[in-house]
Amino acid sequence: MTDVKLSVNLCNIRLSNPTILASGILGTTRALLKRVAECGAGAVTIKSISKEAREGHNNPTVITYEAGMINAVGYSNPGVESARIEFTNLKEIGAPVFASIIGTCNDEFVKVAEGLSESGFSAIEIPLSCPHTPGFGLLSGQGTPKATYDITSAVRRITHLPIFVKISPSIPEITTVAKAAEDAGASGITAVNSMGPGMIINIESKKPVLGFKVGGVTGDALRPIAVRCVYDVYKAVKIPIIGVGGISTGRHAIEMLMAGAVAVGIGTGVYTRGIDVFSKVCAEMKQWMIENGYNNINDLVGIAHD
Amino acid sequence: MIEQPKIVKICDIKDETPNAKTFFFEYMGHYDPGQFVMVWIPLNDEKPFTLSYINRNIAGITVLKRGNFTKTLHTKKIGDQIGIRGPYGRGYSLIKGNAATCIVGGGIGMASIACLADKQENATIVQGSRTMPELLFRHRYKEMRLCTDDGSFGYKGTTVDLLRELVGKHDYQKIYACGPEKMLYKVYELCNEHHIECEVSIERYIKCGFGICGQCDCSGQRICIDGPVFNSKDLKDMPDFGKTEITKSGKRISL
Repeated sequence: MTDVKLSVNLCNIRLSNPTILASGILGTTRALLKRVAECGAGAVTIKSISKEAREGHNNPTVITYEAGMINAVGYSNPGVESARIEFTNLKEIGAPVFASIIGTCNDEFVKVAEGLSESGFSAIEIPLSCPHTPGFGLLSGQGTPKATYDITSAVRRITHLPIFVKISPSIPEITTVAKAAEDAGASGITAVNSMGPGMIINIESKKPVLGFKVGGVTGDALRPIAVRCVYDVYKAVKIPIIGVGGISTGRHAIEMLMAGAVAVGIGTGVYTRGIDVFSKVCAEMKQWMIENGYNNINDLVGIAHD
Repeated sequence: MIEQPKIVKICDIKDETPNAKTFFFEYMGHYDPGQFVMVWIPLNDEKPFTLSYINRNIAGITVLKRGNFTKTLHTKKIGDQIGIRGPYGRGYSLIKGNAATCIVGGGIGMASIACLADKQENATIVQGSRTMPELLFRHRYKEMRLCTDDGSFGYKGTTVDLLRELVGKHDYQKIYACGPEKMLYKVYELCNEHHIECEVSIERYIKCGFGICGQCDCSGQRICIDGPVFNSKDLKDMPDFGKTEITKSGKRISL
């Protein structure tokens, strides 16, 4: 059998394969991160941490529909002090661990980044694109080029770790936002967050199902939009891209790499294919590469471009 | 599969204790004792409940009045609507044949283990509560050993005290338990001492119910999909069991 290389170098972080646990999925505890790494993820991202603890929205917070998932968890998290206690000895997780940090102002992003600076994270992700939490992301204007530049610069000043800025698919000026992040010193772009917000109404009770009424849409419905966003961002910036949105098979992952992503985030796929979706996607990528004469995953990055 | 609540009408309500009511509704589909459903009150909240009754197409949940959600649920009348999704999780594994087993319910945990007690043959059923009025399902089973902390009915002491006596007299092949986690941990320890297999149902704050959000973690096990029922072998590798839990915010607290 041909030797197929899946390992990638993402901003000088070595990933054994390009699959990454996306933020907000299973990243609540150290034990779950370890389990996901054992299930084959090349890297894992924790659930986003804010300065103070947040309970998030009431249930239902996550539901599914014919084409994917819709969620409004509302950034529930234990706050940076508790997170520091939870996420220790990250070297033993078995894969690089990315922090995800949120704030309602520049100073809060900085405080959280500083609070987690001794924890051994391999990178920091900054989502500026959540569509369903007041005070954060799109609902507080963090997704504009200017806010993206300001927040990214503020975090850049206080950390040497690679910074990935996670952007929204639901704004027209996506390449301008990606460029603003790059100019501010971001090391990479995570494209994309959930889209929307969307809404599902239960027609018997005549009420929206989600506790917050609206939520971010992910899964199969998001994939073609995510692929297009990655394709556009690839042309606009020089820094690497983590492609996220509807990836649950090896073919999906390869499509995302061809659009220009160096690595891929997986979230909703944990539901559709189980917690071992990471090793499944890797095996399927390998199979496709063998059948199509590729032995290095990096040769696929961006090849859909003219 | 689409994970969304299906609206059902409450077709009957039974007062079980001064603070617990059973709500019955039409239920189609498969159900293993120990699995749970998510119960939705539109514009309020959604919470997990194990079915406490299942008979043909009618299921019931027995709900203790405790927080905002359960207080609202207690105001519901026959004919009112609630949303149900599921069933979710891994239930109890029944033992076929004549082997003796023991089923232990502590407090409202009795509701979660009641359907197992309906099905498992040759089982000693033990129920404990703080005081007599809180005892559930008094006339549901042919025989049930009852205990109260205050001695107002039956054996005076905890379910674990009574279980310790029973274990000395019977040759149980398996012990099932649901109740406060401190009780479950003691049952687990007692079973280990006597080399008896045990299965317990663990409760955590549940959000999605289908294994994606990570809210209900217990030592890397997702209560909603890997559990809520775990056996002795699983529990051995779950150091959080009996020690810490994760709250709605994700904060880890001591039990």
